[in-house]
Amino acid sequence: MIFLWAFLVGGAICVLGQICFDVFKLTPAHTMTLLVVLGAIGDGVGIYDPLIEFAGAGASVPITSFGNALVHGALDEMKKTGWIGVITGIFKVTSAGISAAIIFSFIAALFVKPKG
Amino acid sequence: MLKGHQSWLFENNPVIAGAAAIVGPFEGQGPLAMDFDIIHGDLRLGQDSWEKAERTLLEEAANLAIEKAGITKESINFLVGGDLMNQIISSTFAARTLQIPYIGVFGACSTSMESLALAANLVNSRSAQYVMSSACSHNATAEKQFRYPTEYGSQKPPTAQFSVTGAGVGIVTQNGKGPYVTSATLGRVVDMGITDPFNMGAAMAPAAVDTIQAHFRDFRIEPGYYDLIVTGDLSKVGYAIANELFDNNKFPIHQTIYKDCGMMMYDYEKQQVQAGASGAGCSAAVTYGHLLRRMRDKELNRILVVATGALLSPISFQQGETIPCIAHAVSIENEVRET
Repeated sequence: MIFLWAFLVGGAICVLGQICFDVFKLTPAHTMTLLVVLGAIGDGVGIYDPLIEFAGAGASVPITSFGNALVHGALDEMKKTGWIGVITGIFKVTSAGISAAIIFSFIAALFVKPKG
Repeated sequence: MLKGHQSWLFENNPVIAGAAAIVGPFEGQGPLAMDFDIIHGDLRLGQDSWEKAERTLLEEAANLAIEKAGITKESINFLVGGDLMNQIISSTFAARTLQIPYIGVFGACSTSMESLALAANLVNSRSAQYVMSSACSHNATAEKQFRYPTEYGSQKPPTAQFSVTGAGVGIVTQNGKGPYVTSATLGRVVDMGITDPFNMGAAMAPAAVDTIQAHFRDFRIEPGYYDLIVTGDLSKVGYAIANELFDNNKFPIHQTIYKDCGMMMYDYEKQQVQAGASGAGCSAAVTYGHLLRRMRDKELNRILVVATGALLSPISFQQGETIPCIAHAVSIENEVRET
């Protein structure tokens, strides 16, 4: 059953992005930012975690999950260290993803030259 | 000679002494492949950047046109040319190589006919013996500048067009057997308020209609005078809008065959090009390659090429400005026009 929900929830988030593209004519960058912000708000009001529980990868793979992770890290750290935690904790959960992006981009740049 | 409000009649019969059209691999898979002089198999033309590839394309087309005209490079007085890049670098850098006195022009995709009109006028007024007119574009350079880098893999809506990798060059001179450049109508800038750079066909259609109607008003002729009227790169979306506008204005376009270069370049069934082709190289390669060959074979004797251009810059559309558009028309005929 989780597969079905993952498909439906993940698909719904992508549909939202596609609507931003096609109907509201947003650029890819605007669409991505909007989805990240939506994920962040989702975690802020406490609905993103239950959504991940419910739909698994359907909620954790789309970019909204990145917004969720940002807020998650910030709030967790705030509980431990006080308000300064909002600053120090924001990239705690996402550091694996961000570091991987930087390191692998660097390695790729050593071997290929983008010409776009 | 000025005719009407915005047209030139070339009464001294300038002729196209030689022309060349060179395209990239994707255009070589299209239905017009047999009508191009050279089809490159490598999109990069052996260069290390797309920009260098574009200027190489233009240099090759220029050299081939000179060869076909049977003249030497030194006998050409002026090169009138442009392209889509910022500061028209493809034309400028090619002019650096060619060492022909250079008049750089920018009319976006309408540059192909803007340059031919100016070249014909220079020759017609005896300001030059030989003038080269040119226009070029490259898919990867144009996509990068006006849309997104190709590697970014951004989605394209069905109204988007595919920039042609191609260069077209013509050499206009005073005497010869034709085809003759008989007249030109220069367009005004028309802006109907469209802001979507993925829907340039719709933005440009009103400009094309405006120039076409001005042409027939200025010369007091009917569309039936021509065997073919062809617009530059309106593609499916813009072509439909242009036809609708002709209909609304009760303009008798049905007297002749009306086509669009943007719909002729690729095979919609086999090639994924959304609405069709675009780019300064589109109308240039179709005109100097395909259409001039059809005229040489007498399948066509009188044509009107109306190159359309969207005069946006990446900065203007990022700031939410609308897209100003223009169209320039040039008539090419196998016989001298009687006046």
